[in-house]
Amino acid sequence: MKVSYYPGCSLHGTAKEYDQSVRSVSHALGIELEEIEDWSCCGATSAHSTNFKLSIALPARNLIAAEKKAQDVMIPCAACFNRFKTAEHHLGQDPELKAEVEEIVGGRYQGSAAIRNPIDIIVRDIGLEALAAKVVKRLAGLKPVSYYGCLLLRPPDVCRFDDAENPVLLDRILAVLGAEVRPWSFKTDCCGGSLTISKTEIVVRMVDKLMEMAREAGANCLVTACPVCMANLDMRSSGDAGLPVFYFTELAALAMGQEGPEGWFRLHRTDPRPLLKGLQLL
Amino acid sequence: MKTFLEEVNEKINGVPIQRCYHCRKCTAGCPMAFAMEHNPNRVVKMIQMEKREEVLASGTIWLCVSCETCITRCPNEVDVARMMDVLRQMAIETGVGAKEKNILKFHEAFLANIRMGGRINEPTMMVHYKLKSGDLFSDMVMGIDMFRKGKLSLVSPRTRDMKSVHRIFEKTRQS
Repeated sequence: MKVSYYPGCSLHGTAKEYDQSVRSVSHALGIELEEIEDWSCCGATSAHSTNFKLSIALPARNLIAAEKKAQDVMIPCAACFNRFKTAEHHLGQDPELKAEVEEIVGGRYQGSAAIRNPIDIIVRDIGLEALAAKVVKRLAGLKPVSYYGCLLLRPPDVCRFDDAENPVLLDRILAVLGAEVRPWSFKTDCCGGSLTISKTEIVVRMVDKLMEMAREAGANCLVTACPVCMANLDMRSSGDAGLPVFYFTELAALAMGQEGPEGWFRLHRTDPRPLLKGLQLL
Repeated sequence: MKTFLEEVNEKINGVPIQRCYHCRKCTAGCPMAFAMEHNPNRVVKMIQMEKREEVLASGTIWLCVSCETCITRCPNEVDVARMMDVLRQMAIETGVGAKEKNILKFHEAFLANIRMGGRINEPTMMVHYKLKSGDLFSDMVMGIDMFRKGKLSLVSPRTRDMKSVHRIFEKTRQS
């Protein structure tokens, strides 16, 4: 299948392992990625926190560009995904806003490009059986808790992706990769998001809580699909509280025997390689 | 003269916030409530009681991280997260500014960076934030570590059509 690809700013920067692993896994699963022509930032948290029209116009510029191709848009970053979905929601509900934004951006918005995240595409379009068929190294001994975070799921009528209180799609992917997914109640508890820079102490407190709960659930790692969650979980735990964290696509690539994982793991702050070497997965 | 409540409701342009009956599910689920001086549901009541200055000058509205748990759980579908966005925007537009100064400075540095290149260049954005906030040295070790690993490239691809990006910023500029 062919999809338009919107990496977003962080996948070209601090989340480059996510971009590389998404590309690698997509290739293996027969998903062809076509990067959206001349894309620009979605505005993330800072736009909607300070300027509503800006927060809709920035994603709209990319939506209008994406609509030129009749294919779904894959957006790995949870924040970008949420902003695109929110823009789509408001533009669909408010014709006056739509007219205004079209004038600001310069173009017609049809609402024809479906906005999807990679978990959704892998589970619903590729299928878990097809993924299972490509697994050559089952992730035995890996006990992840799946950490969805906030923006992939909420608000439910905007994201329409998975259950907002107890999502399961990421858990299913990890189970198919052979990991022993640990159940826990913190799948969707906020990590503190963008306050990581301006209110670091708050994020440290929230991340420490997540790590404590992960350990209590019997996990030896966490798995996420959001660049900010990854940065916070990987870098903001205090002392020895931290467990290694992975993007789910890094583990998928590892399980499918691809080249690349070891290089990506080297980019993490909390080194996951001792855990993986101990389990003979590396 | 519009009341504060009417103004907030107009800007939210959704469910009117006075539908809130203070079940406190928003506050109970809010991950930041522990750090806020006013619980989210209390802010709803304060708006109804015309406490404009108190609300716009509070740190509460800046600590909301838009995790959207509140609106997901509210039995009356009051969009508390959107209310917080509206209150932040009103605080900026009326010149009140932000009680949590660094949080607003972060947002300003972020948006200035988009305006510059169409996409965020993380290291230049961080430098801008640090200069604005005066918080020069925290995360320095982490920053150097990331730089060495190639995660913070000073040169990253930009949007080519910068005219369209500038146009978006000009046309949505706040007074």
